[in-house]
Amino acid sequence: MASTTQLPAAPEAPVLTHATPRQNSRRAGRRRPNLPGGLGGWLWLAVIVLPIYYVVITSLKNQAGFFATNPMLPPAEPTLDNYKLVLENDFARYFLNSVVVTLGTVIPALFVSFMAAYAIVRGKGRFVNWTNNLFLLGLAIPLHATIIPIYWMITRAHLYDTLLALILPSIAFAIPVSVLILSNFMRDVPNELFESMRLDGCSDWAMLWRLALPMTKPAVITVGIYNALHVWNGFLFPLILTQSPATRVLPLSLWTFQGEFSVNIPAVLASVVLATLPLLVLYIVARRQLISGLTAGFTK
Amino acid sequence: MTITSSDRRRVRDTGPSGWLAAPALVFFLVFAVVPLAGVVFLSFTSWDGLREIRLEGLASWTTVFTDPVTGNALLVTAKIVFFSFIVQAPISLLLGVFTAGSQKYRAALAVLYFLPLLLSSAAVAIAFKALLDPNFGLGPGLQVPFLIQDWLGNSDLVLFVVVFVIAWQFVPFHTLIYQGGVRQIPTSLYEAAEIDGAGRVRQFLNITLPQLKYTIITSSTLMVVGSLAYFDLIFVLTGGGPGYSTRLLPLHMYLTGFKANDMGAASALGVILIVIGLGLALLLQRLGGKNRNDSQLEGA
Repeated sequence: MASTTQLPAAPEAPVLTHATPRQNSRRAGRRRPNLPGGLGGWLWLAVIVLPIYYVVITSLKNQAGFFATNPMLPPAEPTLDNYKLVLENDFARYFLNSVVVTLGTVIPALFVSFMAAYAIVRGKGRFVNWTNNLFLLGLAIPLHATIIPIYWMITRAHLYDTLLALILPSIAFAIPVSVLILSNFMRDVPNELFESMRLDGCSDWAMLWRLALPMTKPAVITVGIYNALHVWNGFLFPLILTQSPATRVLPLSLWTFQGEFSVNIPAVLASVVLATLPLLVLYIVARRQLISGLTAGFTK
Repeated sequence: MTITSSDRRRVRDTGPSGWLAAPALVFFLVFAVVPLAGVVFLSFTSWDGLREIRLEGLASWTTVFTDPVTGNALLVTAKIVFFSFIVQAPISLLLGVFTAGSQKYRAALAVLYFLPLLLSSAAVAIAFKALLDPNFGLGPGLQVPFLIQDWLGNSDLVLFVVVFVIAWQFVPFHTLIYQGGVRQIPTSLYEAAEIDGAGRVRQFLNITLPQLKYTIITSSTLMVVGSLAYFDLIFVLTGGGPGYSTRLLPLHMYLTGFKANDMGAASALGVILIVIGLGLALLLQRLGGKNRNDSQLEGA
């Protein structure tokens, strides 16, 4: 397919290949450079990086160094004492709570959303349409406005101050966007594949896991990542539905830590770095998957 | 309407029954739709969060409407939604178009742009609180007189600080969406424009923008509905202050319900929030000229 799409006006341009469809587009650099674009791009980089740089260097300063040196200069004698202090303050427990809540939400949410997406894409009839519209409505509504009844339900169910109290509503809140992304991907699976499997006597259940799932794996990963980011960083539910240190999750621990150590800014910032570190590691490991998944998920 | 047996067969033959959507539907009904009804119901009651719920008629609504803080919270919300849209939309659109290019350095920039997405709002808020400190933050660090201000203590400035921090955290996400959108525009359009001698600006206005129509709608909807739900960031960064200058609706709802123990009035505020969110989302879809279903299908 590449040879038929060669640029007529630019003989020096390379042949379009399937793998790099934009290589010889207008952005290939054979035109005059995009000066304002480049300038803006680097400017935004400064905006992004300066605060991160500040947080990291400050977290390595001791109290005296923090008060005495220029805030933007790295510490003369970097110290990990702040990190030690944070780790000694039950960081591991909060981390574990965050892991439990995140996995406890993301996996069931994926499971039910995937089945729902399949029903919506492949099924017909009013019930399916109605369900789909309901989920779309959920996208348009700031669902956090319903925290008071949720608080009532959770206390009534005697789940207040448990991790389950965070998991259950988080699953529900993850469903609209998950179903939307998954069903958008699933529409691209050719109908003939389903039909031929049907002729082979496959049940819907079998088609769901043996055809639809492998075909929409990138979408499943996207949805998983998106929800995991949300739940991992969630603050409102933990603030309202939990109370004790035993059920505290990371974002909330940052906030309480800030209250306890308000005079020790370097230690507070060390807790910020520590809480971000797990996600950073994940990002470094799975960056390509992460970014391409998220982009595709929202532009399909 | 009667359902004939042939109708039934057609339904069965074309796809699965709706039961696959049932688990997701149940979760969503219990933790989103029921609370949605619940928040309306609770707005006609009085409840301190602990004792019995008592029906009160319109008392909470009267309280909410006569309280000047409500009007102020609406105004603050409107300002934050408006300004963060005005700031975020063009930056993320331009950065998205810019990073969709093929040079290596743009890809590298995009990697760094992604970083704020990994941080929780609580972490971002804590980081910026330290960064904006008039004594130990960025201002004195860079020794730029303009930057040495009490950013969070000045009620004229603080709103713009909030808008800036929101942009810092969320522009990367929307950049990602736009980047994906731009990459799906057929290269042939630009090639044709090139032959016609259209410059970069012309190509942007006549090809990129119209082709991104549905991406713009998706991103804008997420942006607006998202900014209606900003809570964690502002809660930790300013707590709504100084005075009431950054107390936007979700925060006002939280403080009314869980700090002032007036769940009735807080529920009324929740209902207002839902109505505004729904209204804005519908408006954005209308402006796009299509409803969400169509736009998702055709934008694919």
